[in-house]
Amino acid sequence: MDFELTAEQKMLAEQAASFAKKSSPVERFRKLRSTAERDVVEHGWETKVWREMAGLGWLGLAYPESVGGMGMRFFDMSLVIEKLGTTLTPEPLIASAIVAGTVVLNAGSTEQQKRILEPMIEGKTSLALAWTERAGRYDVRAVTTSAKKSGAGFSITGEKVFVENGHAADVVIVSTKTDAGLALFAVPKGTKGMTVQRIKTMDGKAAAMVRFESVEVGADALLGEPGEKASRALDAAIDLGAAAACAEGLGIASAVLDMTTAYLKTRKQFGAPIGTFQVLQHRAVDMFVEVELLKSTCILAAIKADDPDAEERKRAISISKAQLATGGKFVVQQAIQLHGGVGITDEHDVGLYFKRMTVLNASYGDEEFHLARYASRPAFVADAG
Amino acid sequence: MDLSFTAEQEAFRKEMRAFIATAMPPAIKKKADDDGHFEMDEVMQWHQVLAKKGYIAPHWPKDVGGTGWDAAQRFIFGEELERSGAPVLSPFGLSMVGPLIIQFGNDAQKKRYLPKILSGEEKWCQGYSEPEAGSDLAALRTTAVDDGKGNLVVNGQKTWTTYAQYADWIFCLVRTNSNVKKQAGISFLLIDMKTPGVKAVPMLTTGHTPAFCDAYFDNAVVPKDNVVGPIDGGWSMAKALLGHERTLIGAVGTSTRALARVKRIASKTMVDGKSALEHPGFRAKIVRLEMRLESLRMQNYRALAGAQLGHAPGPESSILKIRGAEILQQCLELALEIMGPSSVAWFNEAGVVDPGEQWIASTMNYTRATTIYGGSNEIQRNVIAKWILGLPASA
Repeated sequence: MDFELTAEQKMLAEQAASFAKKSSPVERFRKLRSTAERDVVEHGWETKVWREMAGLGWLGLAYPESVGGMGMRFFDMSLVIEKLGTTLTPEPLIASAIVAGTVVLNAGSTEQQKRILEPMIEGKTSLALAWTERAGRYDVRAVTTSAKKSGAGFSITGEKVFVENGHAADVVIVSTKTDAGLALFAVPKGTKGMTVQRIKTMDGKAAAMVRFESVEVGADALLGEPGEKASRALDAAIDLGAAAACAEGLGIASAVLDMTTAYLKTRKQFGAPIGTFQVLQHRAVDMFVEVELLKSTCILAAIKADDPDAEERKRAISISKAQLATGGKFVVQQAIQLHGGVGITDEHDVGLYFKRMTVLNASYGDEEFHLARYASRPAFVADAG
Repeated sequence: MDLSFTAEQEAFRKEMRAFIATAMPPAIKKKADDDGHFEMDEVMQWHQVLAKKGYIAPHWPKDVGGTGWDAAQRFIFGEELERSGAPVLSPFGLSMVGPLIIQFGNDAQKKRYLPKILSGEEKWCQGYSEPEAGSDLAALRTTAVDDGKGNLVVNGQKTWTTYAQYADWIFCLVRTNSNVKKQAGISFLLIDMKTPGVKAVPMLTTGHTPAFCDAYFDNAVVPKDNVVGPIDGGWSMAKALLGHERTLIGAVGTSTRALARVKRIASKTMVDGKSALEHPGFRAKIVRLEMRLESLRMQNYRALAGAQLGHAPGPESSILKIRGAEILQQCLELALEIMGPSSVAWFNEAGVVDPGEQWIASTMNYTRATTIYGGSNEIQRNVIAKWILGLPASA
C-alpha cells in the first residue's frame, strides 16, 4: 500500500502543471474553441503546441522505446492528462496519443507500429479512432461498418460518428466487421471515398463524422488480423480512454473546486462573503468530498489501466468512470450554482469546465454502461453466494 | 504507487480471519452469521476472548498492552473484525478514555485504569452530550465545583449516554470555570458510576435496543485526582483524541458485510419472475451502492497509506466519516427495500422472517445514528469547510 508519487512522477506532474499554467492557460482554449457562431480555427488545437508536447516526451510516455516512446506506465501519463485538464488544454492527447495509438500498438505489426506511431510520438502527425456508430452507443463490438476483400486489399463501407480528433487526424483507425470477425484498419487522411465532416462539439472542440464509401485500402492497412485479438485490442484502448477521461475530469473538478472556494471567499452578498453562509459551505464540502473520492478512484483506474488482467482492469475503470459520472457531474453543477448568475455567462470559465465534464461523461462509456459492465462480472453475483 | 497489500499483510489477514472464525464462541458465531444484535454480556464475552489473546487494544502502545502491530496490520485486523459480524467492542474504554489517559494521564492514573480497560473488568461510558449541548458540545452545563477538601462536586445531566446502565465508570466533560470562554472552562473527569448521586436511566433507541441512557449527577463527590490533565484543559484533550488513528472510521468492513447481506437477500427475493439481483431496478441500486463503497475503500486505503508513513490523520478523515456513515445507512435501507412487504416485521418470534433478516429493521433504525454520533456529518462538514477549504467563519 503506497500512494506516494516517486520523485520522477512528482517532477512529471509539476512539469505538466507548469506547462498548463504558462503555455496553456484557459484563455488559449477560449481563443481556439468553436462556438455557435464561429467555426473552429484550423484544428481547435495547435500543431506547434503538439510538437512541444512531443518534445517533452508526453506523446510517447507510455509507449515502448521500440516505437520511440519513453517506456513508462499509463499511470504516469494520467498525471499529465490531469494537470493539462486543469486549464482545458485542447490538444488531442487522449484521442491520439492514448486511444488511437494504443489500438495500433495492441493490434498492429511491428512495421505498422513503427510506421504509424513513430511520427505521432514525434508530434508530426495525430491519429483518431473511429469506433462509435449511430446505433452502437459504447459497445466496441456493435459494428456495422464493413470491410470486404477487394483485390489484394479491402473495401470499407460505413459511417462512424463523433470521431474525436477525426477532423484533424492524419491517420484514422477504423473498426469494421469482416467475415473473420472485427477488423481494424489504418486509413490515411485523403484516402479516396473517405469523407470527413468537421463538426462542433458542446465543449468547444471539434470532432468528425467519418463516412466510408467503398474505400479501397491495401492489405497493409489491416492492423494485425481480424478476430478476437482485434476486439480485445480495441476494448483495451477504449478502457484507457475511459481512465484518461477520469484523469482529465479530476483536473477539471479540482480546478473548479479551487475556483469556487476562491469565489465564496470574495463574493459578497447581504454584507458578508457568501462563503460565511453554512448552506454554501456545506455544498462546497460536498464538492470537496467528491473530488477526493474521484482522486482515489482515478488512482485505482490509472494503476489498473494497463493491468494484463482484463477483468481487474474493467472493474477498476468502471468504478472510476461511474464516480466521474456522479461525483464529477455534481462538482461542476454545484460550481455553477455557487457562482450564481455569472456562472451561466459564456465569459466566465466555469461554464467551459462544465461543458468539458459533460462531454467526458458521455465519452468512453457513460454511467449506465459502466454500471452494467461492473454488474455483469461473475464476482458481482458470486458475492451473494 | 502500489495498491495492494504485501504478501506478509495478506498472510496476516488470513491468519486473523481464521483466528476470529475459530475464536468466536458458538452462540456468538451463530448470531454473527445472522447479523444479530449483541447484548452487553456477549460483547464483553468477546472482549475477554480478544483480551486473553492479547488482541484487545492493537492501537495502544506495546508497553501498555498494545500488539506492536503497524497501521496496516491494525487496519486489517479491524476490518476483519467488522467483516466477521463479531460483536462490536465497546469503544469507550479501548478507543476513547484509554488512549486519552495514555496520552495525558499521570502514572497513577495509567496504573489504576488501563489494565482494567484491557481486561474488561471495568466498563466505561462517555459523558459528553447534554440535553442542551449536542453538536455545540462546548455549551455543556454539568458543573464540577471544588469543595476545598480535595474533591469536585458534580451536578448536571448527560444524555444519549450509550450503555451507561452497564458501565462501571463514566468519563465526562464538565464545567470547572464559568468565567472564561466556554471551551476554556472544561475539565476531563473520570467518575465512578457507584458514586452516590450518580444515576443512569436507560431509554430505548429507535432500534428498540436500550443503548441510550440519561445520566444524572446530583452532588456527586469525585476526588480531584480523577481529573485527567490540567483543570480547565479538557477541551483540547478531547479534541486531540480526534487526531488519533481514524482509518477505520468509514466502517468500510461493516458496509462490505452489509452489502453482501443485501445481495444475499436480493438473490432469493423474486421480483417479476426473477431474483431482485437480476431485476434491472434493484440491480442498478445495488451496483451503484457497491461502486460508492469501492470508491470509499480506495479513499480508505489512501488514508491508511498515510498512516503507515506516520502521518497524523488530517481533517480529510472526515470524508471517511461522512461518506462511510451514509453508505452504511444506504445498505440497510436497500436491504429493507428489497425485502418489500416483509420489511415491516418488527421483533417477532422465529419463522416470521428469515433469521438473517430478523435484525435488519432494528439495525436500519439504529444506523441513523451513524451520521450523528462522533460529530454529526454537519459538524464534519464544518470542520472541512474551516480547516481544509479555509472558508470564513459565519458572522
